[in-house]
Amino acid sequence: MSNPPTELLPTATNKSGTRSAGVPTARGRTGIARILLGRDTVMIYALIVFIIYAALFIPRFYSPVSTGFLLLDVIPALLIALPMTLIIITGEIDLSVASIAGLTSALMGVLWAAGLDIGLVLIISLLAGVLAGAFNGLLVAVLGLPSLAVTIGTLALFRGLALVVIGDNAVANFPPALTSFFTSKLGGTGIPTVMIGVVLVAIIFGVVLHLTPFGRGLFALGYSKEAAIFVGIKVVRAKFWLYVASGSVSALAGIYWTLRYSSARSDNASGLELTVIAAVLLGGVSIFGGKGSIPGAIAGVLLIGTINFTLRLGRTSDVVLIIVTGSLLIASVVAPSIIDGITKWLHTRRHRRTLPQAPASGANRATASGVQEGK
Amino acid sequence: MTIGTSPPDTAGTAMRRTSGVLASVLRLRELPVTLALIALVALTYLANPLFLGQQGMKDLLLNATIVIILAVGQAMVIITRNVDLSVGSILGIVAFSTGTLFVAVPGIPIVLIFLSGMALGALLGSVNGFLVTVAKVPSLVITLGTLYIYRGLNNAWAGGTQYFAGDRPDSFGALSVDTIAGFPLITLIAIVVVIIIAIFMASTRPGRDLCAIGSDPEAAKLFGIPVTRRVLLAFLSNGVLAGLAGVLYASRFNSVGATTGTGLEFDIIAAAVVGGVAIFGGSGTVVGAAIGALLLTTITSALTAIRVDKFWQQAIVGLLILAAIVIDRIARIRTAKKLRHSEARDV
Repeated sequence: MSNPPTELLPTATNKSGTRSAGVPTARGRTGIARILLGRDTVMIYALIVFIIYAALFIPRFYSPVSTGFLLLDVIPALLIALPMTLIIITGEIDLSVASIAGLTSALMGVLWAAGLDIGLVLIISLLAGVLAGAFNGLLVAVLGLPSLAVTIGTLALFRGLALVVIGDNAVANFPPALTSFFTSKLGGTGIPTVMIGVVLVAIIFGVVLHLTPFGRGLFALGYSKEAAIFVGIKVVRAKFWLYVASGSVSALAGIYWTLRYSSARSDNASGLELTVIAAVLLGGVSIFGGKGSIPGAIAGVLLIGTINFTLRLGRTSDVVLIIVTGSLLIASVVAPSIIDGITKWLHTRRHRRTLPQAPASGANRATASGVQEGK
Repeated sequence: MTIGTSPPDTAGTAMRRTSGVLASVLRLRELPVTLALIALVALTYLANPLFLGQQGMKDLLLNATIVIILAVGQAMVIITRNVDLSVGSILGIVAFSTGTLFVAVPGIPIVLIFLSGMALGALLGSVNGFLVTVAKVPSLVITLGTLYIYRGLNNAWAGGTQYFAGDRPDSFGALSVDTIAGFPLITLIAIVVVIIIAIFMASTRPGRDLCAIGSDPEAAKLFGIPVTRRVLLAFLSNGVLAGLAGVLYASRFNSVGATTGTGLEFDIIAAAVVGGVAIFGGSGTVVGAAIGALLLTTITSALTAIRVDKFWQQAIVGLLILAAIVIDRIARIRTAKKLRHSEARDV
């Protein structure tokens, strides 16, 4: 599950220690310990432990039917989480992903209802996603505008265009052969056939991020934009193509959403952006940029998906689901800070027992760096 | 970079040299959004005079009131280089608590409802602020988490229950029906709130501190500003305002339940950004945010008034946000250029 080459490569990231204040786990460890104790690996352990627990103690969880529904439900989030991971690693964000999925879905509905060939419909919808992503890329990478604000704008814009395209209509009569393919399973395993495609996309993103110079450059970019420019990383180009990738994958998610539920509506996938970001951050990707991995992000999505699914199996109401998602997210980001704070406090106390004000000064330093990094 | 991020009104010598009322008006961050609002209202009025009729005005103001209050609170947080995504959930929980209180305590004074709503908002807002300042995790992540948690609590509390206008005393609902000089009462409350916060932000020490923190947190720290306390204050105030908005929501709308206020967060941030509040803090005013909120809500009514397909509304809002970001960037570049020139002359 984990990805050894990621952590073994000597990188620019672990040499600049300036921004590592918030996350203690990676500091000072090398080699195998870094892989086995990394923040993202811990999330993979958590996922495995939870799956084992659920398989043993939750009735009906360990069955092909459950696997099938679980995976069918998480596929949109899983897909979008991949480019989102890369974008957050470069220190940017894309809030417009769910709106792009919605726009794609609306477009599919209208084009199909207009009598176009389904192949053509799919190609045009995918192209719309590419264009939407390129528009984001133009504003963020080329014009250098803040991605948080820009993608709040395009979140409204793309969802608005979806409404313009399809209004409050819904198109449902997609070819049965196609829709049943999207919910079909591989033999008796319960694994949806579409998962093959999803795994392929995941492998592509994983290889690009962890095994290519381009991907390593993204980490450097997230740590320090200036340094990345100096070592020859083409910042504008890299960010632009990330947004294009994000738009394209969001379009794929939109197409999947439409065919899986056999319904094209303007509000499809709305709110998905927050789910995806929560899952990615839970999977150990740092919102400051410069840290994270594809396996971690996937584990984050699957963990939230699995927990939600088991809670639903156990007939827990949706109420708890939302609280669990939120609490997990906060706990996963607050815990390292608290552990870090305690470690520092113990450290200063041990070394400066004679100076009573020492712990306070340590805490103050941490505050300064924390605020500095805050966005 | 530091030059670019300093707020224009404290930007220094360039300002004094080219002083003059006109010049300073032209530099106001609220100017673009104000002009856009005036143009929108004027054009719509020419197309359809009913738009500014008595009922039209009242609807316009009623629709804007709640968004204005939320945008003002959000602006306080954004100015400190933070963000609060949980406002929609806070509004929902407070609105539901209002309904519950009216049913549980018959004859409860309305003042108490307002106070309890604002207190609940303050509590939820300070949880955000506490997590952000103590855990030193970016507010985007923390408030994304509390967005879910507060919504979950609201769901748990409400379940399938909904409170309708009939559950509340008439005098409470009358707040959003009765008018003074054409202004609905809840709009007057919002205006008073905007004025108080604007004065606080512009001319008190803690208010100025918020700007300084957003402009350059490190410098603010070195300057001796209690950053933690001030950021906490911003989140707390935002919570109080979201609470107030929740109470007003319950007065204005027929039903409150588990999903009240869902998905509001980006609309509110958009209103602040359109009003000239820079997303990375340090500049912008709450008056601008309020005008931004008024602009965004007016667009909906304007489109209806000139019979444009209502489905265009959201796309236009998106374009406006992008325009606001571009205008902000151009203003920054110009300020930076002016500062460079004036500094060159000083040397």
